[in-house]
Formats: sequence, structure tokens, C-alpha cells
Amino acid sequence: MTRKQLSGLVSAVALAGGLLMGGTAAAEDKIGFIYVGPIGDHGWTYRHELGRQAVQNEFGDKVKTTYVESVKESSSEPVIRQMAADGYKLIYTTSFGFMNPTLKVAKQFPDVKFEHATGYKRADNVSTYSSRFYEGRYVVGKIAGKMTKSNVIGYIGSFPIPEVVRGINAMTLAARSVNPDVTVKVAWVNTWYDPGKEGDAAKALIDQGADIILQHTDSPAPLQVAENRGVWAVGQASDMTKFAPKAQLTAIIDNWDGYYVARTKAVLDGSWKSEDTWGGLKSGMVELAPYNDAIPADVVALAEETRKGIEAGTIMPFAGPITKQDGSVGAKEGESLDDGVLLGMNWYVEGVEGQLPK
Amino acid sequence: MSGFDWIVPVILTVITAATPLVFAGIGELVTEKSGVLNLGVEGMMLVGAVSGFITALVTGNYFLAVCAAAFAGAVMAFLFGVLTLSLMANQVATGLALTLFGVGLSALMGQEFVGEPISALNKLNIAGLSDLPFIGPILFAQDALVYLSFAMVAIVSWFLYKTKAGLVLRAVGDSHDAAHSIGYPVIAIRYLAVMFGGAMSGIGGAYLSLAYTPMWAENMTAGRGWIALALIVFATWKPGLVLVGAYMFGGITILQLHAQAAGLNVPSQVLSMLPYLATIIVLVLISKDESRIRKHAPACIGKIFHPAA
Repeated sequence: MTRKQLSGLVSAVALAGGLLMGGTAAAEDKIGFIYVGPIGDHGWTYRHELGRQAVQNEFGDKVKTTYVESVKESSSEPVIRQMAADGYKLIYTTSFGFMNPTLKVAKQFPDVKFEHATGYKRADNVSTYSSRFYEGRYVVGKIAGKMTKSNVIGYIGSFPIPEVVRGINAMTLAARSVNPDVTVKVAWVNTWYDPGKEGDAAKALIDQGADIILQHTDSPAPLQVAENRGVWAVGQASDMTKFAPKAQLTAIIDNWDGYYVARTKAVLDGSWKSEDTWGGLKSGMVELAPYNDAIPADVVALAEETRKGIEAGTIMPFAGPITKQDGSVGAKEGESLDDGVLLGMNWYVEGVEGQLPK
Repeated sequence: MSGFDWIVPVILTVITAATPLVFAGIGELVTEKSGVLNLGVEGMMLVGAVSGFITALVTGNYFLAVCAAAFAGAVMAFLFGVLTLSLMANQVATGLALTLFGVGLSALMGQEFVGEPISALNKLNIAGLSDLPFIGPILFAQDALVYLSFAMVAIVSWFLYKTKAGLVLRAVGDSHDAAHSIGYPVIAIRYLAVMFGGAMSGIGGAYLSLAYTPMWAENMTAGRGWIALALIVFATWKPGLVLVGAYMFGGITILQLHAQAAGLNVPSQVLSMLPYLATIIVLVLISKDESRIRKHAPACIGKIFHPAA
């Protein structure tokens, strides 16, 4: 019995439980949510769960929402298919790795609508949605560049996919725009959620001189480490200030509530169409947690100016000139990288150390 | 990375990464030596982690918290014992069920406690010695559980190979029929061994929620229970090697993170699988010499004991 099989079993059991609870009345439309982590992760999955609750509160008796948590990406297909076969109207699959399984199942169930988070493949009944997390990271980068004393920023990466690379680059560009001496060290942990390993990565980065820790993983463990070691950190997905009251500079918060309510409404009134949504600070999909009181007023002002600039469209995080890590030109003076380039970003900007895993 | 300054922090991190594996591994080793295979380590660790965390949060007493974790783990193991030893259910299936049960039960118990931080278990700074350069912070400034983990390995090793009770336990594991025929209470001995394993798993889990990452998060063991199970095979059922294996696993994980942070161009995916690769390689090497495995592997492992037969 491998872990993979086991997690499949866990998913199946969880699903059976969920369906038992939710499978009675026929009048209500069933809306399903599939999560990659536990709803108690206090990060990524937790925010999607808040989105589900927003849907349930908004539509009350008209919908029955069900979720399956801790679904391994590699064994998600049977879970998605089970929901589709069980008459769900709309299924949200909320992790990048659910992309191909979602499309495969969607093909077999043309009447079921699917919403896949952070992916790039669509179909007539599969929409994609994501958040311009990098806009938040750009704001954070300005703060980090000003706050670092060692000029080394540590970044915990999950998987080397464009979404994560984009965040590293946006943060690096912003940090170096206010402090050209900044270098960024990246540690890839190859998981979205393993508190122990995420904490270990934070320790390794701090031991190598980083005095600000950013993460693109889902647990608050790195913030706890930062709090203990007396360095700064930035919360991820949720406000994690409880775990690091002194260390958390701010947090980049995902807010899916509005999107989930709107898309569910579209399914209920029949206006749903397959599309791609990429919201950011302006649409409220990305929010920033309150700034740490220890941040000097001028740095807060700079951060706010940056945030408002991005919302107004006057500041483009990926505006040129951008130099790639290998010294070649990423973007020329006066041009700004378009969404196509951003979605496929597979190179580091200058200032990031180490080689990007392929 | 000039000089050797980086070694101390690396070793300190390795110790915290290895300690939960040492506890879970040494406990399960005793269980398996008695001839019982309990695959529920992950579930017992999780229930131990959440019990320890809740106790620490409510009482503020870490000694009580560790006791609660051990007790909770032992209760889980007792449940496993009732099913497999008294009711003679299949051990593999029951063990897997115990893990699934533990994942769910711990999540349920911890529901109210997600997002509640606690302070980490205190380090014991041994006066005078903890200030020594290099060895001071490594040897004399750990938390009590780290010292306990080493003590447990020594105690288990001594118990299994130097005491009569240990000999009886191994006899039960190697041939339950023979042990039964000369009058040893096979089932009672196995109950004790299984519950000891559960208690150790519970403490291993509590190390995560009290010292390693002092918080409760669902599924926070993230597969460490399964690594502990692999460790025992890797160690060919020898207590000392469980310790070595746990530190090797912890060490490779931490070193690969440091290598990345230092900008070494090694693919992180390869680095991430290194511990498992190492286990497989060592397994192959050991397996070539069958006698060495046979000498220490309990012959009756996983077999159901029917006293009447």
C-alpha cells in the first residue's frame, strides 16, 4: 500500500461521507469543491473553504455545497468523476495539479460545469480562474527591499511552475527597485503543504543569511520559524499574524468569495460561459493584511502608493527594462510583459540566485 | 558559507527533523519485534500530536502534554490490539484503517484549535556546558524530548537484548506457538508491545506539535509515520540503526534545502527523493545478504495467533 493509494482511499472515504450528508433533497443544486489540503491548513485551502461558505450563505436553500479535502493531485480524477456522476451542477477544482484530471472528467460530463483554479487549459464546460498574486508580491517586494538589513531575501517555493516563478520575479523586481543590492535565495520544497519541511526550509534560508522569509506554500510554519529567529516574514493566502505577531510584515490574502458567488449565480440562472478570469488587487481577489506596526511610515506610504498604482493601472509590476538572470533582455524599456508571457514564465530575473529547476 | 559556521545550525535542524522519526520508529520496532505489524503509526502520531497540543494549550504544562500524547497513542494502539489480537482481524487492513481513523479523529479533535499558536517546548540549557563552542549548542542545549529519544533507543536496545523480558518478547515474535507452549502469555505480551509502540508514536507526533512546528494543523505529520515504518526495515529491526536511519533521513532532507539556498545547481526534485532513493539502495544492499535480515526480522510478523491451534 503506497501513500498514493492510501490518499485515494482517504479521498474516497471522505467523498462517501460528504455525499451521504448532502445527497437527499432534489430541489437544491449541488455545488462541489475539491481541495488539495485540509480546510484547517490556515492558508490556501482555508480561503477556498471561506469561499464555499460564502456561496452557501448567499444562496441558502437553493444550493447544497459539498467539499472533499486533502485530495492528492495525482489521485484526484476518481474524486472529480464521482462528483460529476453524482449530479453536481458545478465543481470547483482548486489546485493547479487538478488541471488534467478536471479536463478529462469534463469531457465525459458535458452537462456539468467545472471551474479550475490556476490552470491554463479550458473547454466548453471548463473555466479557469486565478488571482494575480504577483501584484501582492510586488507590493511586498517594495517593503522587503526597504526592510532587509542583510540584503538577502529567502523565498520558499512549492513547485517550479509559472505561477510561483512569477511571484519570485515580481517580488525580486520590486525589492531591487528600491534596493539594488538585494539578492533572493530560493528553496524548493516540492510540496504545497508540509509544515515540518516548510519550517526546515525557512531555517535553512535564515541560516544562509536571509532576514526576510517569503513563501509560496500553505502552512504558517515558516512564519513561526521567522518569529523564533527574530527575522521578518510575509503571510501567505491567509492573515497569519497570530503565528508571528512580531515577524509578519503583512500577508498576501486570497479572497475567492466574490468570484465563487458570481460564478455559482451564473450557473443557477443559466448564463454561465467558459472563460478565463484573472483578478488582482483591483477586483479584490488579492488583498493585503494590515501592515506590521514596526514598518516605518515612509515604507508603508511607499507600499500603499504601489498598491494604489497597481489598482489604477499606472504601475505595471513587469514593466521593462527587465534583465533575466542570465543577463539577456526580459523586457525592453517602455514595454510591459503581457499575460501570455506571464502565464508561461520559466526564467528568473536578475538578482535571484540558483538555477530554476526544469 | 565561510569556514564551518554553517555546520552547527544544520545539525540543530537535522536533530529536530529526526526526533519524531526516532520516537515513532523505536516504538514500532518493539511492536514488530513482538510479531505484530501495526501500519497505523501515522494515525497514532496525529492523535498524539493533537492531544499533546490541546493539553499544552489548556494547561500550559508540557510534561502533562507529552504524557497525554503518549496516553492517546497508547489508547489508539489498544484499539488496534483489541481488533487484531483479541478479535483476530487482519493486521495490515486494521493498521491502515487505524491511520485513516487517526487522520479523521485528530482533525475532529483539533477543529477548535487550528490557528492557535503556542510557544515551543523549552530548550534545556545545561549550565556551563551549553556555552561551549560547537558541541555546546548541539549536545547540551536541546529540549527534553530530544534527550528522551536517545534514552529510549538505549533502553529499548538494552531491554530487547539484555533482559529476560526482552528475550521473551522476541521469542513471542519469532515463534508464538513455541512461546505459548512453554507457557508465555503471547496475547498479553503483544498488547503491551503494541501499546508501547502507540505511546512512542504519540510522543513522536507531540514532538511535531510542541517543538518542531508548535501549532496544530490537520495532517501535520505529512507522511512521517510511513517513513518511520520504512525506517525499521531499513534498520533491519535493530534499534541502533533506527537512530542512524532517522538521522540520515532528516539529514538528507535538511542538506538538500541548504544546498538549494546556497545556490548549488542540483535539481530539487532529485534532492527531494534522495532519502527514499537511499532507503531503496540500502535495502537492496542488505537484501543481498539474506542471513543478516533473517537474524533480526521477527519471523511471526503479521501472523495471527490462534492459541488453541
